[in-house]
Amino acid sequence: MSSKLKILVPVKRVIDYAIKPRINKTNTGVETKGVKFSINPFCDIALEESIRLKEKQPEKIDSIHAVSIGPTKAQDILRTALAKGADDSTLIDVGEDIVEPLQVAKILKSIVEKNNSNLVVLGKQAIDDDSNQTGQMLAGLLNWPQATNASKVEIKDNDEIYVTREIDGGEDTIKAKLPMIITVDLRLNEPRYASLPNIMKAKKKPLTKLKLKDVGIDSIDNRLEVLKVEEPPAREAGVKVGNVDELISKLKDLKAI
Amino acid sequence: MIFKRLFSSSRLLKDSLVLVEGSQSQINPATLSTITAASQIGEPITALVLDSNLAEQASKIKGVTKILKTDGFEHVLAEDVTPLLKNLIENNKYNYFFTSGSTLGKSIIPRLGALLDVQPLSDVIKVIDPKTFVRPIYAGNALATVKSKDNIILASIRASAFPPAPIEESSSVSIEDAPKVESNNRTEFVSENLTKSERPELGSAKIVVAGGRGLQNKEMFNKLIEPLASKLNAAIGASRAAVDSGFCDNSLQVGQTGKIVAPELYFAIGISGAIQHLAGMKDSKVIVAINKDPEAPIFNIADIGLVGDLNEVLPELVEKI
Repeated sequence: MSSKLKILVPVKRVIDYAIKPRINKTNTGVETKGVKFSINPFCDIALEESIRLKEKQPEKIDSIHAVSIGPTKAQDILRTALAKGADDSTLIDVGEDIVEPLQVAKILKSIVEKNNSNLVVLGKQAIDDDSNQTGQMLAGLLNWPQATNASKVEIKDNDEIYVTREIDGGEDTIKAKLPMIITVDLRLNEPRYASLPNIMKAKKKPLTKLKLKDVGIDSIDNRLEVLKVEEPPAREAGVKVGNVDELISKLKDLKAI
Repeated sequence: MIFKRLFSSSRLLKDSLVLVEGSQSQINPATLSTITAASQIGEPITALVLDSNLAEQASKIKGVTKILKTDGFEHVLAEDVTPLLKNLIENNKYNYFFTSGSTLGKSIIPRLGALLDVQPLSDVIKVIDPKTFVRPIYAGNALATVKSKDNIILASIRASAFPPAPIEESSSVSIEDAPKVESNNRTEFVSENLTKSERPELGSAKIVVAGGRGLQNKEMFNKLIEPLASKLNAAIGASRAAVDSGFCDNSLQVGQTGKIVAPELYFAIGISGAIQHLAGMKDSKVIVAINKDPEAPIFNIADIGLVGDLNEVLPELVEKI
Protein backbone atom coordinates (compact mmCIF):
# COMPACT_ATOMS: atom_id res chain seq x y z
CA MET A 1 0.00 0.00 0.00
CA SER A 2 1.72 3.07 -1.05
CA SER A 3 0.97 6.56 0.15
CA LYS A 4 0.30 9.46 -2.14
CA LEU A 5 2.91 12.15 -2.46
CA LYS A 6 2.22 15.53 -1.00
CA ILE A 7 5.05 17.58 -2.46
CA LEU A 8 6.23 20.83 -0.95
CA VAL A 9 8.31 23.15 -3.13
CA PRO A 10 9.93 26.08 -1.33
CA VAL A 11 10.71 28.94 -3.74
CA LYS A 12 12.81 32.05 -3.16
CA ARG A 13 12.52 35.49 -4.73
CA VAL A 14 15.99 36.69 -5.71
CA ILE A 15 17.60 39.33 -7.91
CA ASP A 16 17.34 38.03 -11.48
CA TYR A 17 20.33 35.89 -12.41
CA ALA A 18 21.12 37.98 -15.50
CA ILE A 19 21.63 41.15 -13.48
CA LYS A 20 24.98 42.08 -12.02
CA PRO A 21 24.25 43.16 -8.45
CA ARG A 22 25.60 46.49 -7.23
CA ILE A 23 26.79 47.07 -3.67
CA ASN A 24 24.66 49.66 -1.83
CA LYS A 25 26.12 52.97 -0.66
CA THR A 26 26.30 51.99 3.00
CA ASN A 27 28.21 48.76 2.19
CA THR A 28 25.67 46.70 4.08
CA GLY A 29 24.25 44.72 1.20
CA VAL A 30 23.33 44.98 -2.45
CA GLU A 31 21.09 47.59 -4.07
CA THR A 32 17.53 46.25 -4.44
CA LYS A 33 15.63 49.40 -5.45
CA GLY A 34 14.44 49.29 -9.04
CA VAL A 35 16.13 45.93 -9.62
CA LYS A 36 14.38 43.06 -11.41
CA PHE A 37 13.55 40.12 -9.17
CA SER A 38 12.65 36.59 -10.28
CA ILE A 39 12.26 33.09 -8.95
CA ASN A 40 15.63 31.59 -8.00
CA PRO A 41 16.63 29.41 -11.01
CA PHE A 42 17.23 26.32 -8.87
CA CYS A 43 13.78 26.68 -7.26
CA ASP A 44 12.33 26.87 -10.77
CA ILE A 45 13.96 23.52 -11.58
CA ALA A 46 12.62 22.01 -8.32
CA LEU A 47 9.12 23.15 -9.23
CA GLU A 48 9.45 21.85 -12.80
CA GLU A 49 10.57 18.44 -11.55
CA SER A 50 7.60 18.22 -9.19
CA ILE A 51 5.20 19.11 -12.02
CA ARG A 52 6.81 16.50 -14.30
CA LEU A 53 6.51 13.82 -11.62
CA LYS A 54 2.84 14.65 -11.40
CA GLU A 55 2.40 14.58 -15.20
CA LYS A 56 4.22 11.25 -15.48
CA GLN A 57 2.61 9.49 -12.54
CA PRO A 58 -0.56 11.42 -11.65
CA GLU A 59 -1.85 8.47 -9.64
CA LYS A 60 1.08 8.81 -7.26
CA ILE A 61 0.89 12.55 -6.58
CA ASP A 62 -1.72 14.07 -4.34
CA SER A 63 -0.69 17.72 -4.63
CA ILE A 64 2.11 20.22 -5.16
CA HIS A 65 2.27 23.06 -2.68
CA ALA A 66 4.58 26.03 -3.27
CA VAL A 67 5.78 28.11 -0.34
CA SER A 68 7.86 31.26 -0.15
CA ILE A 69 9.30 33.14 2.80
CA GLY A 70 10.02 36.76 2.06
CA PRO A 71 8.52 40.19 1.41
CA THR A 72 4.91 40.76 0.26
CA LYS A 73 6.19 40.89 -3.33
CA ALA A 74 7.26 37.26 -3.12
CA GLN A 75 3.61 36.49 -3.95
CA ASP A 76 4.50 37.28 -7.57
CA ILE A 77 6.74 34.23 -7.80
CA LEU A 78 4.11 32.11 -6.06
CA ARG A 79 1.60 33.18 -8.74
CA THR A 80 4.15 32.13 -11.35
CA ALA A 81 4.56 28.77 -9.58
CA LEU A 82 0.76 28.32 -9.58
CA ALA A 83 0.63 29.23 -13.29
CA LYS A 84 3.24 26.59 -14.05
CA GLY A 85 1.37 23.84 -12.24
CA ALA A 86 1.52 24.08 -8.45
CA ASP A 87 -1.90 23.40 -6.88
CA ASP A 88 -1.83 25.83 -4.00
CA SER A 89 0.61 28.06 -2.18
CA THR A 90 1.59 29.84 1.00
CA LEU A 91 3.45 33.09 1.53
CA ILE A 92 5.13 33.63 4.88
CA ASP A 93 5.41 37.41 4.86
CA VAL A 94 8.47 38.50 6.82
CA GLY A 95 8.75 41.95 5.24
CA GLU A 96 12.23 43.01 4.16
CA ASP A 97 14.00 40.94 6.82
CA ILE A 98 16.87 38.68 5.82
CA VAL A 99 16.16 35.11 6.90
CA GLU A 100 19.11 32.74 7.23
CA PRO A 101 18.92 29.11 6.08
CA LEU A 102 18.56 27.73 9.63
CA GLN A 103 15.55 30.00 10.27
CA VAL A 104 14.07 29.17 6.85
CA ALA A 105 14.47 25.46 7.63
CA LYS A 106 12.65 25.91 10.95
CA ILE A 107 9.76 27.74 9.26
CA LEU A 108 9.62 25.08 6.51
CA LYS A 109 9.53 22.33 9.13
CA SER A 110 6.33 23.80 10.55
CA ILE A 111 4.86 24.09 7.03
CA VAL A 112 5.76 20.44 6.33
CA GLU A 113 3.98 19.40 9.51
CA LYS A 114 0.99 21.63 8.80
CA ASN A 115 0.55 20.25 5.27
CA ASN A 116 1.58 16.67 6.01
CA SER A 117 4.11 16.92 3.17
CA ASN A 118 6.12 13.75 2.57
CA LEU A 119 8.45 14.98 -0.17
CA VAL A 120 10.16 18.37 -0.20
CA VAL A 121 11.93 19.39 -3.41
CA LEU A 122 14.20 22.42 -3.15
CA GLY A 123 16.83 24.13 -5.25
CA LYS A 124 20.37 23.25 -4.24
CA GLN A 125 21.19 26.89 -3.52
CA ALA A 126 19.87 30.42 -3.83
CA ILE A 127 21.90 32.60 -6.18
CA ASP A 128 21.91 35.53 -3.76
CA ASP A 129 23.58 34.18 -0.63
CA ASP A 130 25.01 31.02 -2.28
CA SER A 131 24.69 29.03 0.95
CA ASN A 132 23.56 25.60 -0.31
CA GLN A 133 22.18 24.73 3.15
CA THR A 134 18.41 24.97 3.52
CA GLY A 135 17.42 21.54 2.18
CA GLN A 136 20.04 19.70 4.20
CA MET A 137 19.06 21.64 7.34
CA LEU A 138 15.39 20.81 6.88
CA ALA A 139 16.33 17.14 6.43
CA GLY A 140 18.32 17.33 9.68
CA LEU A 141 15.48 18.98 11.61
CA LEU A 142 12.96 16.41 10.38
CA ASN A 143 15.46 13.53 10.54
CA TRP A 144 14.53 12.59 6.95
CA PRO A 145 16.79 11.18 4.23
CA GLN A 146 18.33 13.81 1.95
CA ALA A 147 19.44 13.62 -1.66
CA THR A 148 21.38 16.71 -2.70
CA ASN A 149 22.27 17.98 -6.19
CA ALA A 150 19.81 15.70 -7.97
CA SER A 151 20.24 15.25 -11.71
CA LYS A 152 17.61 12.47 -11.99
CA VAL A 153 14.62 11.52 -9.83
CA GLU A 154 12.59 8.31 -10.16
CA ILE A 155 9.64 7.25 -8.03
CA LYS A 156 9.38 3.48 -7.80
CA ASP A 157 6.51 1.50 -6.35
CA ASN A 158 6.57 0.88 -2.57
CA ASP A 159 7.40 4.55 -1.86
CA GLU A 160 11.04 4.27 -2.82
CA ILE A 161 12.68 7.16 -4.62
CA TYR A 162 15.91 6.75 -6.59
CA VAL A 163 17.95 9.92 -6.97
CA THR A 164 21.07 10.38 -9.11
CA ARG A 165 23.29 13.05 -7.58
CA GLU A 166 26.05 15.11 -9.10
CA ILE A 167 29.14 14.62 -6.96
CA ASP A 168 32.74 15.75 -7.38
CA GLY A 169 34.20 13.49 -10.05
CA GLY A 170 30.96 12.14 -11.50
CA GLU A 171 27.61 10.99 -10.20
CA ASP A 172 26.12 8.46 -7.82
CA THR A 173 22.66 7.05 -7.21
CA ILE A 174 21.06 6.66 -3.81
CA LYS A 175 17.62 5.48 -2.77
CA ALA A 176 15.37 6.14 0.19
CA LYS A 177 11.82 5.56 1.23
CA LEU A 178 9.45 8.45 1.77
CA PRO A 179 9.39 10.88 3.47
CA MET A 180 12.48 12.56 2.06
CA ILE A 181 14.17 15.78 0.97
CA ILE A 182 15.59 16.34 -2.52
CA THR A 183 17.65 19.34 -3.61
CA VAL A 184 18.04 19.80 -7.35
CA ASP A 185 20.92 20.65 -9.64
CA LEU A 186 20.91 22.54 -12.93
CA ARG A 187 20.90 19.59 -15.25
CA LEU A 188 17.79 17.95 -13.89
CA ASN A 189 15.44 19.63 -16.38
CA GLU A 190 14.58 22.71 -18.42
CA PRO A 191 11.82 24.70 -16.66
CA ARG A 192 8.72 25.59 -18.69
CA TYR A 193 7.21 29.03 -19.21
CA ALA A 194 3.78 29.81 -17.87
CA SER A 195 1.26 30.29 -20.69
CA LEU A 196 -1.16 33.21 -20.65
CA PRO A 197 -4.29 31.08 -20.02
CA ASN A 198 -2.49 29.39 -17.14
CA ILE A 199 -1.46 32.74 -15.72
CA MET A 200 -5.13 33.75 -15.77
CA LYS A 201 -6.21 30.47 -14.15
CA ALA A 202 -3.51 30.82 -11.50
CA LYS A 203 -5.27 33.92 -10.17
CA LYS A 204 -8.03 31.65 -8.89
CA LYS A 205 -5.72 29.16 -7.20
CA PRO A 206 -5.23 29.43 -3.42
CA LEU A 207 -2.49 31.70 -2.06
CA THR A 208 -2.54 31.78 1.73
CA LYS A 209 -0.73 34.65 3.41
CA LEU A 210 0.67 33.98 6.85
CA LYS A 211 2.84 35.75 9.38
CA LEU A 212 5.57 34.09 11.41
CA LYS A 213 3.37 33.74 14.50
CA ASP A 214 0.85 31.76 12.40
CA VAL A 215 3.47 29.02 12.03
CA GLY A 216 4.40 29.09 15.70
CA ILE A 217 7.59 31.17 15.43
CA ASP A 218 8.00 34.27 17.59
CA SER A 219 10.84 35.98 15.83
CA ILE A 220 13.72 35.39 13.45
CA ASP A 221 16.83 34.44 15.38
CA ASN A 222 19.60 35.12 12.84
CA ARG A 223 23.07 34.05 13.99
CA LEU A 224 25.30 35.82 11.50
CA GLU A 225 25.86 39.53 11.71
CA VAL A 226 26.85 41.04 8.37
CA LEU A 227 29.57 43.57 9.18
CA LYS A 228 30.07 44.73 5.61
CA VAL A 229 29.55 43.86 1.97
CA GLU A 230 32.20 44.93 -0.51
CA GLU A 231 33.19 44.65 -4.14
CA PRO A 232 35.78 41.94 -4.73
CA PRO A 233 39.19 43.35 -5.64
CA ALA A 234 39.27 44.20 -9.34
CA ARG A 235 41.80 42.48 -11.59
CA GLU A 236 44.26 44.72 -13.31
CA ALA A 237 43.49 45.33 -16.96
CA GLY A 238 45.37 42.96 -19.24
CA VAL A 239 46.76 43.29 -22.71
CA LYS A 240 45.51 42.13 -26.08
CA VAL A 241 48.06 40.42 -28.28
CA GLY A 242 47.96 40.20 -32.05
CA ASN A 243 49.12 36.63 -32.66
CA VAL A 244 50.20 33.34 -31.11
CA ASP A 245 53.90 34.26 -30.97
CA GLU A 246 53.13 37.37 -28.93
CA LEU A 247 50.85 35.31 -26.69
CA ILE A 248 53.63 32.83 -25.96
CA SER A 249 56.24 35.50 -25.29
CA LYS A 250 53.81 37.30 -22.97
CA LEU A 251 53.18 34.02 -21.08
CA LYS A 252 56.94 33.66 -20.69
CA ASP A 253 57.22 37.25 -19.42
CA LEU A 254 54.63 36.45 -16.77
CA LYS A 255 56.48 33.20 -15.97
CA ALA A 256 53.23 31.33 -16.54
CA ILE A 257 54.92 28.70 -18.70
CA MET B 1 43.02 43.23 30.02
CA ILE B 2 42.90 40.31 32.39
CA PHE B 3 39.69 39.28 30.77
CA LYS B 4 41.23 39.37 27.34
CA ARG B 5 44.21 37.32 28.43
CA LEU B 6 42.02 34.72 30.01
CA PHE B 7 40.12 34.25 26.79
CA SER B 8 42.89 34.48 24.27
CA SER B 9 45.02 31.94 26.12
CA SER B 10 42.12 29.59 26.66
CA ARG B 11 42.84 26.69 24.31
CA LEU B 12 39.31 25.46 24.63
CA LEU B 13 38.06 28.26 22.46
CA LYS B 14 40.13 27.18 19.48
CA ASP B 15 39.61 23.47 19.42
CA SER B 16 38.93 22.45 15.84
CA LEU B 17 37.77 19.27 14.17
CA VAL B 18 38.44 18.87 10.44
CA LEU B 19 36.94 16.21 8.20
CA VAL B 20 39.56 14.59 5.98
CA GLU B 21 38.30 13.77 2.50
CA GLY B 22 40.05 11.40 0.18
CA SER B 23 39.78 8.35 -2.00
CA GLN B 24 41.99 5.38 -2.83
CA SER B 25 44.18 6.23 0.17
CA GLN B 26 44.91 9.70 -1.27
CA ILE B 27 43.97 12.76 0.76
CA ASN B 28 42.23 15.43 -1.32
CA PRO B 29 44.28 18.61 -1.75
CA ALA B 30 41.16 20.53 -0.69
CA THR B 31 41.50 18.98 2.78
CA LEU B 32 45.05 20.39 3.05
CA SER B 33 43.71 23.88 2.30
CA THR B 34 40.99 23.32 4.90
CA ILE B 35 43.67 22.52 7.52
CA THR B 36 45.43 25.80 6.62
CA ALA B 37 42.19 27.69 7.28
CA ALA B 38 41.72 25.86 10.60
CA SER B 39 45.29 26.66 11.65
CA GLN B 40 44.51 30.36 11.23
CA ILE B 41 42.09 29.92 14.13
CA GLY B 42 44.75 28.10 16.16
CA GLU B 43 45.54 24.69 17.56
CA PRO B 44 44.67 22.00 18.55
CA ILE B 45 43.34 20.62 15.28
CA THR B 46 41.89 17.14 15.29
CA ALA B 47 41.52 15.44 11.90
CA LEU B 48 38.77 12.87 11.46
CA VAL B 49 39.38 10.20 8.82
CA LEU B 50 36.49 8.01 7.73
CA ASP B 51 38.89 5.49 6.19
CA SER B 52 41.72 4.20 8.40
CA ASN B 53 43.99 3.90 5.34
CA LEU B 54 44.19 7.69 5.38
CA ALA B 55 45.14 7.97 9.06
CA GLU B 56 48.91 7.81 8.71
CA GLN B 57 49.01 10.23 5.81
CA ALA B 58 46.74 12.63 7.70
CA SER B 59 49.01 12.49 10.74
CA LYS B 60 51.83 14.01 8.68
CA ILE B 61 49.89 17.14 7.74
CA LYS B 62 51.52 20.14 9.35
CA GLY B 63 49.24 21.66 11.96
CA VAL B 64 47.27 18.52 12.77
CA THR B 65 47.62 17.63 16.45
CA LYS B 66 45.50 14.49 16.69
CA ILE B 67 43.87 11.92 14.42
CA LEU B 68 40.57 10.20 14.98
CA LYS B 69 40.00 7.25 12.69
CA THR B 70 36.98 5.16 11.91
CA ASP B 71 35.84 2.82 9.16
CA GLY B 72 32.66 1.60 7.58
CA PHE B 73 31.99 4.74 5.52
CA GLU B 74 32.74 3.46 2.06
CA HIS B 75 30.25 5.84 0.48
CA VAL B 76 29.90 8.69 2.88
CA LEU B 77 26.28 9.70 3.33
CA ALA B 78 25.44 12.78 5.38
CA GLU B 79 22.76 10.81 7.26
CA ASP B 80 25.41 8.35 8.48
CA VAL B 81 28.17 10.72 9.41
CA THR B 82 26.28 13.60 11.05
CA PRO B 83 25.29 11.65 14.20
CA LEU B 84 28.97 10.70 14.66
CA LEU B 85 30.05 14.33 14.20
CA LYS B 86 27.39 15.59 16.60
CA ASN B 87 28.56 13.11 19.21
CA LEU B 88 32.23 14.09 18.74
CA ILE B 89 31.56 17.83 18.84
CA GLU B 90 29.36 17.67 21.92
CA ASN B 91 31.52 15.23 23.91
CA ASN B 92 34.89 16.74 23.03
CA LYS B 93 33.72 20.33 23.14
CA TYR B 94 35.09 21.28 19.74
CA ASN B 95 34.32 24.92 18.95
CA TYR B 96 34.99 24.56 15.24
CA PHE B 97 34.22 22.02 12.57
CA PHE B 98 35.55 22.49 9.05
CA THR B 99 35.26 20.62 5.78
CA SER B 100 36.23 21.68 2.29
CA GLY B 101 33.48 23.13 0.12
CA SER B 102 33.13 19.83 -1.77
CA THR B 103 29.77 18.27 -2.59
CA LEU B 104 30.38 15.99 0.40
CA GLY B 105 31.21 18.83 2.77
CA LYS B 106 28.20 20.79 1.63
CA SER B 107 25.88 17.82 2.13
CA ILE B 108 27.13 17.23 5.68
CA ILE B 109 27.65 20.60 7.33
CA PRO B 110 24.12 22.06 7.08
CA ARG B 111 22.53 18.82 8.30
CA LEU B 112 24.90 18.89 11.25
CA GLY B 113 24.07 22.57 11.79
CA ALA B 114 20.41 21.70 12.15
CA LEU B 115 21.20 19.00 14.73
CA LEU B 116 23.36 21.41 16.75
CA ASP B 117 21.11 24.45 16.18
CA VAL B 118 23.96 26.36 14.53
CA GLN B 119 24.00 28.50 11.36
CA PRO B 120 26.98 27.34 9.23
CA LEU B 121 29.13 29.45 6.92
CA SER B 122 29.57 28.26 3.34
CA ASP B 123 32.69 28.77 1.22
CA VAL B 124 34.79 30.78 3.64
CA ILE B 125 37.61 32.57 1.77
CA LYS B 126 39.23 34.46 4.65
CA VAL B 127 39.56 34.16 8.42
CA ILE B 128 39.48 37.62 10.01
CA ASP B 129 39.37 36.49 13.63
CA PRO B 130 38.00 33.40 15.41
CA LYS B 131 34.41 34.64 15.01
CA THR B 132 34.62 36.70 11.81
CA PHE B 133 34.93 35.38 8.28
CA VAL B 134 34.65 36.54 4.68
CA ARG B 135 32.54 34.66 2.16
CA PRO B 136 31.47 35.40 -1.41
CA ILE B 137 27.80 36.06 -2.23
CA TYR B 138 25.99 36.74 -5.53
CA ALA B 139 28.28 34.42 -7.52
CA GLY B 140 31.37 36.16 -6.20
CA ASN B 141 30.16 39.62 -7.22
CA ALA B 142 30.22 40.69 -3.59
CA LEU B 143 32.20 39.68 -0.52
CA ALA B 144 30.40 39.60 2.82
CA THR B 145 32.23 39.90 6.13
CA VAL B 146 30.13 38.06 8.71
CA LYS B 147 30.46 37.59 12.43
CA SER B 148 28.92 34.50 14.00
CA LYS B 149 27.03 34.61 17.29
CA ASP B 150 27.02 30.81 17.59
CA ASN B 151 29.15 29.03 20.20
CA ILE B 152 30.12 26.40 17.68
CA ILE B 153 31.29 27.45 14.23
CA LEU B 154 30.64 25.13 11.31
CA ALA B 155 32.19 26.18 8.03
CA SER B 156 33.03 24.86 4.62
CA ILE B 157 36.28 26.24 3.23
CA ARG B 158 36.82 27.35 -0.34
CA ALA B 159 40.03 25.46 -1.10
CA SER B 160 41.24 27.84 -3.80
CA ALA B 161 41.45 30.64 -1.23
CA PHE B 162 43.93 28.93 1.12
CA PRO B 163 47.31 27.35 0.31
CA PRO B 164 47.55 23.63 1.10
CA ALA B 165 49.13 22.72 4.45
CA PRO B 166 52.50 21.04 3.91
CA ILE B 167 53.04 17.32 4.49
CA GLU B 168 55.92 16.52 6.84
CA GLU B 169 58.32 13.59 6.67
CA SER B 170 57.30 11.96 9.90
CA SER B 171 54.82 12.53 12.65
CA SER B 172 54.41 11.89 16.33
CA VAL B 173 50.71 12.66 16.35
CA SER B 174 48.51 10.21 18.21
CA ILE B 175 46.00 8.19 16.22
CA GLU B 176 42.89 7.14 18.13
CA ASP B 177 39.68 5.35 17.27
CA ALA B 178 36.56 7.47 16.99
CA PRO B 179 33.57 6.08 18.88
CA LYS B 180 30.97 4.12 16.94
CA VAL B 181 27.66 5.96 16.75
CA GLU B 182 24.39 4.47 15.50
CA SER B 183 22.78 6.60 12.83
CA ASN B 184 19.46 4.90 11.99
CA ASN B 185 20.07 6.06 8.45
CA ARG B 186 17.34 5.18 5.95
CA THR B 187 19.24 6.22 2.83
CA GLU B 188 21.04 3.57 0.78
CA PHE B 189 23.84 3.86 -1.72
CA VAL B 190 22.91 2.18 -5.03
CA SER B 191 25.70 2.82 -7.54
CA GLU B 192 28.20 5.37 -8.78
CA ASN B 193 29.57 6.44 -12.10
CA LEU B 194 32.84 8.33 -11.81
CA THR B 195 34.48 10.05 -14.75
CA LYS B 196 37.80 8.37 -15.48
CA SER B 197 40.63 10.73 -16.26
CA GLU B 198 44.38 10.48 -16.61
CA ARG B 199 44.68 14.22 -16.20
CA PRO B 200 45.33 16.26 -13.09
CA GLU B 201 42.25 16.85 -10.97
CA LEU B 202 40.42 20.03 -11.99
CA GLY B 203 40.11 21.40 -8.46
CA SER B 204 43.85 21.29 -7.75
CA ALA B 205 45.55 21.51 -11.19
CA LYS B 206 48.22 24.17 -11.73
CA ILE B 207 47.03 24.78 -15.30
CA VAL B 208 43.46 24.57 -16.57
CA VAL B 209 42.41 24.64 -20.21
CA ALA B 210 38.70 25.41 -20.41
CA GLY B 211 36.45 25.40 -23.45
CA GLY B 212 33.09 27.03 -24.05
CA ARG B 213 30.30 27.33 -26.55
CA GLY B 214 32.68 28.79 -29.13
CA LEU B 215 33.96 25.27 -29.79
CA GLN B 216 30.60 24.48 -31.43
CA ASN B 217 30.53 20.70 -30.93
CA LYS B 218 31.96 17.77 -29.03
CA GLU B 219 34.40 16.76 -31.78
CA MET B 220 35.86 20.23 -32.00
CA PHE B 221 36.05 20.48 -28.22
CA ASN B 222 38.13 17.31 -28.06
CA LYS B 223 40.18 18.11 -31.15
CA LEU B 224 41.20 21.60 -30.00
CA ILE B 225 41.23 21.44 -26.20
CA GLU B 226 42.83 18.05 -25.54
CA PRO B 227 46.15 18.57 -27.37
CA LEU B 228 46.79 21.82 -25.51
CA ALA B 229 45.87 20.26 -22.17
CA SER B 230 48.13 17.27 -22.89
CA LYS B 231 51.03 19.47 -23.89
CA LEU B 232 50.77 21.55 -20.69
CA ASN B 233 49.77 18.63 -18.44
CA ALA B 234 46.68 20.66 -17.61
CA ALA B 235 43.22 19.75 -16.37
CA ILE B 236 40.33 20.29 -18.76
CA GLY B 237 37.46 22.52 -17.72
CA ALA B 238 34.34 23.80 -19.42
CA SER B 239 31.74 26.53 -19.25
CA ARG B 240 28.15 25.70 -18.41
CA ALA B 241 27.20 26.35 -22.03
CA ALA B 242 29.68 23.70 -23.22
CA VAL B 243 28.42 21.19 -20.66
CA ASP B 244 24.75 21.86 -21.42
CA SER B 245 25.44 21.43 -25.14
CA GLY B 246 26.96 18.02 -24.38
CA PHE B 247 30.55 18.84 -25.44
CA CYS B 248 31.95 17.21 -22.29
CA ASP B 249 31.05 15.70 -18.93
CA ASN B 250 29.40 17.95 -16.37
CA SER B 251 32.01 17.14 -13.73
CA LEU B 252 34.29 19.49 -15.72
CA GLN B 253 32.08 22.54 -15.29
CA VAL B 254 33.82 25.57 -13.86
CA GLY B 255 31.60 28.21 -12.29
CA GLN B 256 29.29 29.15 -9.46
CA THR B 257 27.34 25.94 -9.88
CA GLY B 258 30.30 23.78 -10.84
CA LYS B 259 33.86 23.79 -9.56
CA ILE B 260 35.67 26.83 -8.22
CA VAL B 261 39.29 26.81 -9.36
CA ALA B 262 42.26 29.13 -8.90
CA PRO B 263 45.15 27.68 -10.92
CA GLU B 264 48.40 29.45 -11.82
CA LEU B 265 47.27 29.62 -15.46
CA TYR B 266 43.74 29.47 -16.88
CA PHE B 267 42.97 29.30 -20.60
CA ALA B 268 39.42 30.41 -21.44
CA ILE B 269 38.86 29.21 -24.99
CA GLY B 270 35.67 30.17 -26.79
CA ILE B 271 34.20 31.26 -23.44
CA SER B 272 32.28 34.56 -23.39
CA GLY B 273 32.68 35.10 -19.64
CA ALA B 274 29.21 34.96 -18.08
CA ILE B 275 28.96 36.02 -14.41
CA GLN B 276 28.44 32.45 -13.29
CA HIS B 277 31.58 31.24 -15.07
CA LEU B 278 33.74 34.10 -13.77
CA ALA B 279 32.71 33.20 -10.22
CA GLY B 280 34.51 29.91 -10.69
CA MET B 281 37.83 31.11 -12.08
CA LYS B 282 38.48 34.80 -11.53
CA ASP B 283 41.00 34.13 -8.75
CA SER B 284 43.33 32.36 -11.19
CA LYS B 285 46.79 33.88 -11.23
CA VAL B 286 47.10 34.40 -14.99
CA ILE B 287 44.05 34.29 -17.28
CA VAL B 288 44.40 33.87 -21.04
CA ALA B 289 41.32 34.41 -23.21
CA ILE B 290 41.11 33.27 -26.82
CA ASN B 291 37.86 34.24 -28.50
CA LYS B 292 36.76 35.41 -31.91
CA ASP B 293 34.46 38.07 -30.45
CA PRO B 294 36.53 41.11 -29.41
CA GLU B 295 33.59 42.34 -27.28
CA ALA B 296 33.36 39.17 -25.14
CA PRO B 297 33.31 40.12 -21.40
CA ILE B 298 36.06 37.57 -20.70
CA PHE B 299 38.55 40.07 -22.16
CA ASN B 300 37.79 42.45 -19.27
CA ILE B 301 39.40 40.11 -16.76
CA ALA B 302 41.98 38.35 -18.94
CA ASP B 303 45.66 39.19 -18.44
CA ILE B 304 46.35 38.23 -22.03
CA GLY B 305 43.68 38.28 -24.72
CA LEU B 306 43.89 37.05 -28.28
CA VAL B 307 41.09 37.68 -30.76
CA GLY B 308 41.08 35.00 -33.39
CA ASP B 309 39.62 31.89 -34.99
CA LEU B 310 40.00 28.96 -32.58
CA ASN B 311 40.51 26.54 -35.48
CA GLU B 312 43.65 28.39 -36.50
CA VAL B 313 44.95 29.75 -33.21
CA LEU B 314 44.84 26.59 -31.13
CA PRO B 315 46.78 24.20 -33.38
CA GLU B 316 49.41 26.91 -33.82
CA LEU B 317 49.58 27.45 -30.06
CA VAL B 318 50.00 23.70 -29.41
CA GLU B 319 52.75 23.54 -31.98
CA LYS B 320 54.70 26.51 -30.66
CA ILE B 321 54.26 26.38 -26.90
